[in-house]
Amino acid sequence: MPKDGGIGSSTKRREDVRFLSGTGRYTDDINLHGQLYAHFVRSDVAHGKINGINADAAMAMPGVVRVFTAKDFEGVGGVPCGWQITSIDGSPMQEPKHPVLAEGKVRHVGDPIAVVVAESLGQARDAADALEIDIEMLPAVMDMKEAVKDGAPKVHDDLSSNLCYDWGFVEDNKDAVAKAIADADHVTTLELVNNRLVANPMEPRVAVGDYDMANDEHTLYTTSQNPHVIRLLMGAFVLGIPEHKLRVVAPDVGGGFGAKIFHYAEEAFCTFAAKQLRRPVKWTSSRSEAFMSDAHGRDHVTKIELAMDKDNNFTAIRTETYANMGAYLSTFAPSVPTWLHGTLMAGNYKTPLIYVNVKAVFTNTVPVDAYRGAGRPEATFQLERVIDKAARERGVSPIELRRQNFITEFPYATPVAVEYDTGDYHATMDRVLEMADHAGFEARAAESKKNGKLRGFGIAHYIEACGIAPSNLVGQLGARAGLYESATVRVNATGSISVMTGSHSHGQGHETSFAQVVSEMIGIDATQVDIVHGDTSKTPMGMGTYGSRSIAVGGSAMVRATEKIIAKAKKIAAHLMEASEGDIELKDGQFTVAGTDKSVAWGDVTLAAYVPHNYPLEDIEPGLEETAFYDPANFTYPSGGYACEVEVDPDTGKVDVLSFSAADDFGNVINPMIVEGQVHGGVAQGFGQAMMENCAYDADGQLISASYMDYAMPRATDLPMFKVDHSCQTPCTHNPLGVKGCGEAGAIGSPPAFVNAVIDALHRGGHKVEHINMPLTPDRVWTAIQNS
Amino acid sequence: MQNFEFVRPTSVADAVAALKGDEAQPMSGGQTLMPTMKARLAAPEILVSLTAIDEMKGVRKDGDQIWIGGGTTHATVARETAESFPALSSLAGRIGDPSVRSRGTIGGSIANNDPSACYPAGALGSGATIVTDRREIAADDFFQGMFMTALDEGEIVTAVKFPVPQRAIYQKFIQPASRFPLTAVFVAHFGDDVRVAVTGASSDGVFRWTEAEEALKGNFSADAVSGLSVSADTMISDLHGSGAYRAQLTKVMTQRAVSALA
Ligand SMILES: Cc1cc2nc3c(=O)[nH]c(=O)nc-3n(C[C@H](O)[C@H](O)[C@H](O)COP(=O)(O)OP(=O)(O)OC[C@H]3O[C@@H](n4cnc5c(N)ncnc54)[C@H](O)[C@@H]3O)c2cc1C
Repeated sequence: MPKDGGIGSSTKRREDVRFLSGTGRYTDDINLHGQLYAHFVRSDVAHGKINGINADAAMAMPGVVRVFTAKDFEGVGGVPCGWQITSIDGSPMQEPKHPVLAEGKVRHVGDPIAVVVAESLGQARDAADALEIDIEMLPAVMDMKEAVKDGAPKVHDDLSSNLCYDWGFVEDNKDAVAKAIADADHVTTLELVNNRLVANPMEPRVAVGDYDMANDEHTLYTTSQNPHVIRLLMGAFVLGIPEHKLRVVAPDVGGGFGAKIFHYAEEAFCTFAAKQLRRPVKWTSSRSEAFMSDAHGRDHVTKIELAMDKDNNFTAIRTETYANMGAYLSTFAPSVPTWLHGTLMAGNYKTPLIYVNVKAVFTNTVPVDAYRGAGRPEATFQLERVIDKAARERGVSPIELRRQNFITEFPYATPVAVEYDTGDYHATMDRVLEMADHAGFEARAAESKKNGKLRGFGIAHYIEACGIAPSNLVGQLGARAGLYESATVRVNATGSISVMTGSHSHGQGHETSFAQVVSEMIGIDATQVDIVHGDTSKTPMGMGTYGSRSIAVGGSAMVRATEKIIAKAKKIAAHLMEASEGDIELKDGQFTVAGTDKSVAWGDVTLAAYVPHNYPLEDIEPGLEETAFYDPANFTYPSGGYACEVEVDPDTGKVDVLSFSAADDFGNVINPMIVEGQVHGGVAQGFGQAMMENCAYDADGQLISASYMDYAMPRATDLPMFKVDHSCQTPCTHNPLGVKGCGEAGAIGSPPAFVNAVIDALHRGGHKVEHINMPLTPDRVWTAIQNS
Repeated sequence: MQNFEFVRPTSVADAVAALKGDEAQPMSGGQTLMPTMKARLAAPEILVSLTAIDEMKGVRKDGDQIWIGGGTTHATVARETAESFPALSSLAGRIGDPSVRSRGTIGGSIANNDPSACYPAGALGSGATIVTDRREIAADDFFQGMFMTALDEGEIVTAVKFPVPQRAIYQKFIQPASRFPLTAVFVAHFGDDVRVAVTGASSDGVFRWTEAEEALKGNFSADAVSGLSVSADTMISDLHGSGAYRAQLTKVMTQRAVSALA
């Protein structure tokens, strides 16, 4: 049994005291003296030419301080993109300018055209109504395949077409893959859509810009998953503010799911306007604005082919994907359908030949970027759906077809450029089938049939790559940043500790789990350790939280820094006990000399470090504070088996999810309760994607799911109690904690399990439906039954 | 939202007088009107709150009918008709969430006549009478198409009077986002009369499925409806369901209602 607060214990989350008592401090809780309010005036058409903006009447309205338009941003940079992809022909991707406020054209519903800054938000909104904006509508570019045809209207007039890039991976394998497919005994083909989603964190985005004229210092308070990244991007590329004059603070953040990774125009605007107006400027997104200005997720249209030999061994996979970029390139958008997706196309299977082609396309829609899972859910969905279809076509069990092709030897180098260090896929498959009582399924199906319902069993197995990422590798792949993480461990004189981490917690519970690691290493109580994050003036340069990287990369940095602390503390202890450093052991907060009964407490050593009266000053410096930067040697590869049981009402198409089981291999686990919570949340989001969430545009580019009246979010009552398990553990071989990451697994592995279960149910009911595009709404399921 | 004047009269007469003002509009629970104002789609200059008018509140027996004040909240209706009219209680108890039910009112819902609202189906399905500050209107004449009613400018729904069916049920199939009805059916059985009211489905708003009513009068069983169908042509077709799907739901929900009662 791990002790409470130690590694492996389900310690209660310390941050919940403030979250549950309403005393968290979110960005919107920050109100500065003399603060002004910004209201963004956004395009209500998808594509149009701005003929003119007349702000005279608006300027004359009560309380209005200034109206900003693109003209005010002459000489200011555009919102940058952090990743460059190279097309098959060797050319760099087409990279349009992304101005802070629309210049000349509007390119999606929600594109900001002007900003009214006033003494109150109400005054800003009233004045916005008085703004005269003359926009000439242009044809909206919506369908990706139409968008890349010759003569299609262009989203960006200065680009040669709407094609951002045409990426082939691994290009050298292309011909061999084509040959393997031509020679195959059987090829299963599936065309599918990975539906566009809106992240919908509970807290909408907020930015407060502040400027201190006396010191020429800027501060931005923002709802970000990575304040250092925002400081770098906004300071260096948009506003030209050096780091030491720009502080970015992301205090309590109410959920991100990816959408708060990116640098947004509103952040740059508030920082810029605060200096112009010499007063703090605040913007708080309304929920309606969030729908049309937060980066969306997914939106891929794919054709996948799976080739097999006569014994059903997978011989090749080929995919062609159209990936929607939206109207501009969001911060990491180009990397999602490429390196975060193509490298995962091997899944858990030993397919020797794989070729992935991705065409990224500009359309008149909100920019699309990483959303929980980012690229990996898209890869997993294709594979796990096509395998189910292949099993049906070959008349074999989908479980056995997976097992037969599982990778069993590690390390395993895939044909898509990554090397899996560990895993045991049969173990997670065994475990999930047991949890889901697969053996008892037929009896339950017979029972459902009696009630006129169709019961189905869906299985999916996933692999993901977390802990992004080895910096030199991603640099070769086009990343314009390093992806290490940092930590400073500051031991105070009395032995208490503050850890400054570059990771950022926006729901993940780092304040609890990170403290568990440091306190366990030293052997002190977890309450002696505080985790500090989210402020560039306090934490070392770090890359933030996304891609399930915090414990694997941020946690590793913290371990390295703590190791340095322990090494130095041992030297001090050796001096105090007049022993040799090599004989010092640290256990339960006590330093001992091996083979003697001499001991000195942690607090005595830390005190000596800061009150160095009896101290080896000639050998070591006083103080006890260390920083480490950790750059991972590889990605980590969590994997797992997910099983889902559903009942379909054939008369209405309504699907009830009766059970859901998840057997994950996350390697070692620091706080099981937090890990289970992450899986619960991820599976709920996967359910949302599979069954209800649908960010939909009409042909004119109007966002028709622009509020909760039409965008369906899952609720607790829609879901069964999940069974989750992480007892199958193959620890990561290359990071000090042996951890892999758990934040996105649920959202990656679950959508195909839900869809496979529904398709299985329909087949059992005699309806030959091969695929239904997500979300599997009652209407879509019923319509598929009618058409089968 | 834009600025407005706010008045809170304590009698129907005062409210009617206040509504004579320029750009005046009544507000009850505000569960529909407030979001509309926040989105700047409505901008009344005078907002006349009906929430302080005691004569518009409560649930009581009125002969063999149930009288419900127009200003009575969904939560109160759900609680107070649980025994006297369980089908109406269950309809009211499934509107929105607790906060919506604690503010939203029957008068507001009926007056608004949202094509997906629950109360219009309950009122039409039980043959209720809508009482206003100036007259009584049969439900059959009151609902006149999407968001359209027989109400005149400034006319207030002060009460709704429900005859109590021998048996009745409300079958609601929810739209997954808003949790309003995607299609819902109120079936009421009175001696030799049967009424079937459908909401959420038609682009003309709530309607009576008279064909099903006729069939059920002779044979109150799900089978009686199995050969019938409603036309998909006039059905709403949107992100959540095609016209054909809503036509199907109309039939299936009616059959399920009848099966549950029979
Ligand atoms: C989250 C949410 C979920 C909901 N779910 C459902 C649902 O499942 N089913 C459902 O049926 N409804 C649902 N509603 C709507 C809810 O029932 C509203 O309360 C109702 O439609 C309007 O009642 P109100 O008292 O709030 O009216 P208000 O919003 O105050 O007014 C609505 C309209 O009616 C007028 N009006 C108000 N009272 C009167 C009156 N006495 N006489 C004349 N005109 C009047 C107003 O001027 C306005 O035009 C939901 C609402 C929300 C916010």
